[in-house]
Amino acid sequence: MITENINFFTAIIAIVTASACALPGVFLVLRRMTLMSDAISHAILPGIVLAFFLTHSVSSPLLILAATTMGILTVIFVELLQKTKLLQEDAAIGLTFPALFSIGVILISRYTKNVHLDIDAVLLGELALAPLNQLEINGKEIGPVSLYVMGFMLVLNVVFILVFYKELKLATFDASLAATFGFAPTLIHYGLMALVSMTTVGAFDAVGSILVVALIVGPPATAYLMTDSLTRMLILSVVIGSINAVCGYWLSIFLDVSIAGTIASVTLLVFILVLLVVPNRGLVSIARRHIRQKWEFAQTMLVIHLFNHEGLPEAKEESEIAHLHEHLQWEPTFAARVVNNALNNRYVLQDASQLTLTETGRVKAQRALVQ
Amino acid sequence: MFDFLFIIRFDYTLMVVSIGAALLGAISGALGTYAVLRRQSLLGDAISHASLPGIAIAFILTGSKTPLILVLGAAIAGWIGTLFILSIVRLTRIKYDSALGIVLSTFFGFGLVLLTWIQRQGLANQAGLDTFIFGQAATLLQRDVVTIGVLGGFALLITFLFWKELKLLAFDVGFAASIGLPTRILDIVLTSLLVIAIVIGLQTVGAVLMSAMLVAPAVAARQWTNRLNLMMLLAGCFGACSGVVGTYISSTALGIPTGPTIILCVTLVVVFSIAFAPNRGLLWNSIKQRRNRRSFKLTNNRLVGSVSVNNRIEDNDNRKH
Repeated sequence: MITENINFFTAIIAIVTASACALPGVFLVLRRMTLMSDAISHAILPGIVLAFFLTHSVSSPLLILAATTMGILTVIFVELLQKTKLLQEDAAIGLTFPALFSIGVILISRYTKNVHLDIDAVLLGELALAPLNQLEINGKEIGPVSLYVMGFMLVLNVVFILVFYKELKLATFDASLAATFGFAPTLIHYGLMALVSMTTVGAFDAVGSILVVALIVGPPATAYLMTDSLTRMLILSVVIGSINAVCGYWLSIFLDVSIAGTIASVTLLVFILVLLVVPNRGLVSIARRHIRQKWEFAQTMLVIHLFNHEGLPEAKEESEIAHLHEHLQWEPTFAARVVNNALNNRYVLQDASQLTLTETGRVKAQRALVQ
Repeated sequence: MFDFLFIIRFDYTLMVVSIGAALLGAISGALGTYAVLRRQSLLGDAISHASLPGIAIAFILTGSKTPLILVLGAAIAGWIGTLFILSIVRLTRIKYDSALGIVLSTFFGFGLVLLTWIQRQGLANQAGLDTFIFGQAATLLQRDVVTIGVLGGFALLITFLFWKELKLLAFDVGFAASIGLPTRILDIVLTSLLVIAIVIGLQTVGAVLMSAMLVAPAVAARQWTNRLNLMMLLAGCFGACSGVVGTYISSTALGIPTGPTIILCVTLVVVFSIAFAPNRGLLWNSIKQRRNRRSFKLTNNRLVGSVSVNNRIEDNDNRKH
């Protein structure tokens, strides 16, 4: 009974966390700023450690506040570095977060020996332990802390996106137009960054900083492959994120391996699957379209060739199947397949080794030539 | 200073570790130059994270912790990750940053799955594989240093052999292609060099922080010079010095890990360079700006004094005051 409860709660925490991460992730993916989430998830470490020194508790709300501040400071640092024009944006990100993360690691290993705040937990997270940390009010346990934290973050993200939907949309797709309308894209930018920081901090306790990136980037990128509409992308991201979380969680129980790692692996698998099979834009349907177009084009070439020589003295020679090799530079086997396809489609008729156009074939050739 | 040399010379372990860190810093600094110039700073981050499953698979397949085998596994996985990123960008509308983010986090997650699986299997001598996440310079042995030296030396040799081709690729791909250089192959060569530079540092600095070892020395060196060869040399020196100093600081019984200490040292070099480098640095720039402003004011005053048309400017000025 207790284990069942724990399993249930862990799955719920995973779903809520995945949904809360996916929502701001959509805008990061569209604004090409996903690596900021990577930077933030690493750089908040010193904030958490410093707050821990002040409060001596890992579940104090001050930790979230400090880490969020640190996240926004990271964004400001990166932008300040960029403004010096002495280095590129990617280098600025690549410099800032390792430095901050290093400070965090050094602080932890130097001053928090034998305390429940070790680097592995911070970086890798342990979802299995999340339900055990119960929120107590008046001595009564009313559910896991992370569930409340992530539930709050989910609500906050949903409210932010609902309230500022059109501002976010415009600032994402056309920042200068948004500025002209007085939508203050900078404010939206920092609002979004604050949300990302807070979500990251909240999630990071349960799933660790690297997986946060998988949750923020993976589902929205997968959804981006499937749709052109922002609303649908938001909904799809949440659905995909939840599916990944649940599948990953059960798989990890089954295999008895890291939960966070398994969710990340499932995220990758789902991404690859969608990349391959999604209709119209998937790699499989693109490849099939290429093949179809190749044969279609070859048949068009054939009917045009026949049409050009129709009724002329050389027509007899030009409409020999064997001659196609010379005239259209087709390999004999390729030519045979094209002729076969054209016969099936009734573009041409075959009389011994001679090809003649049908009425459909003639129309096709004329249309192709007019185009 | 004497104290420092003294320790390095007489503590054998520390000597091995410092030589390893210095070699690593020099190699990753030099090879990181191209990453920074080609705006691929974060590709290093992705490669270093993506190499984790390679290490685990290499261990599962061979059951050995020989550095060369693990490094090979890391290199293959890092390579596949890079290939994956480039294909995603080429084949879909997903942008470079999202592709990096996906590969970085999910490959790393897969690596974690494998590592926890190995732990559950209770295989003998599996302990220590997780040092590749954060790095542990203190575990460097002589054979590790030799591996770093040989692989890094090979990578540097390639860089020197194809010096002008790679240089052209970094600065003007279009021109390189137009004069018939195989840019695609050169691109692969350069990416492979990046992969080598990263995987040799995994054991010392760890997957999480290794990218900074590539980016930071090169960014610092960029501030001091506009020449590629000088930049590469400087980046190598910065990297090597940070490696040695970082190792030394972390070994003075403060109980702080080596990787992060090295990263902080090299970050300090960057901060110093950005602030004080001649011609480009912030201090220099503000001095230059002030001087420009003054000379502009002087010329402006002279103009106002000599040309009657400029009275209007003067009027404007007066109105403002």
